[in-house]
Amino acid sequence: MTRSRLVTALLVLGVVALVALPLVLDGGTAEFSGTDAAAAELAEQQGARPWFESVFSPSSAEVESGLFALQAALGGGVLGYVLGRLRGRRPAERPESERSREDGGS
Amino acid sequence: MHIAEGFLPATHAIGWTLAAAPFVVHGARQVVTEVRERPENTLLLGAAGAFTFVLSAVKLPSFTGSSSHPTGTGAGAVLFRPPVMALLGTIVLLFQALLLAHGGLTTLGANAFAMAVVGPWSGYGAYRLTRRLGGGLLPGVFAAMAVADLATYVTTAGQLALALPDAETGVAGAFVKFISVFALTQVPLAVAEGLLGVLLFRVLTVNARPELERLGLLAPAPEPTR
Repeated sequence: MTRSRLVTALLVLGVVALVALPLVLDGGTAEFSGTDAAAAELAEQQGARPWFESVFSPSSAEVESGLFALQAALGGGVLGYVLGRLRGRRPAERPESERSREDGGS
Repeated sequence: MHIAEGFLPATHAIGWTLAAAPFVVHGARQVVTEVRERPENTLLLGAAGAFTFVLSAVKLPSFTGSSSHPTGTGAGAVLFRPPVMALLGTIVLLFQALLLAHGGLTTLGANAFAMAVVGPWSGYGAYRLTRRLGGGLLPGVFAAMAVADLATYVTTAGQLALALPDAETGVAGAFVKFISVFALTQVPLAVAEGLLGVLLFRVLTVNARPELERLGLLAPAPEPTR
């Protein structure tokens, strides 16, 4: 159980480190612009001529980030609901002691 | 990996749409079959879709000084096989094309082909290979998530290069240019995505063991004494 918790903590730490370290190491010089935008810029240099406009564009960066947050919230909400339901049925099915060493795959 | 609206020539846009369409239709039928025949898996199916929904919404900073987003398609590919992700991934892309001006309708086919077809299949291949080589479920999931992420971006670079070959160096030269925009940025994010996948499956192995056994991901444990 404790080992399992340690592994979980290390995994979370790993994810956080992978996205936080770039921000720290960089010292505030980079803008962290999106690669999708960079690719579009390069495409235009290569001669791409966009011939169709988005049917709807968020009118400001604030609206856009709000919609992205909405997307993440919808996904996170559903994911949390599912994991909560799965977790909730567990104690009824099997006692605590039986599941202590089952992580790590088959 | 979202090619922006209108950036692909019409012929390419139509070609990629035709290429992706059969996968998406097949995926939709698989989802319907899955829900109808194995309703007990519906919860997990929702989790797979939700996981992609979250991950593709979050743009993360990377060591190259630019940011990019994971794809999250590997988890569903491992759970339900790649066809299901063809539908789920395309729904995500449609949402972003319509509401966020991220990607687009003319590039939906190409983007779906990259993120919802090539990504999940590559990830699933990596998963199967890992298991074949004796790796457990979690190493397999890590490989699936990371490879699905990277393969998606490599495909996008290829699609852009095909549409916009370099004047001097041709398609290959253009591919090098486009992949260099994505590749280095994406590697740490693919690793982070792999770790997130492992976290998700650690939760699932504890809480959804019967489902994972039914899906053939875990060998049935010897019946514990109750």
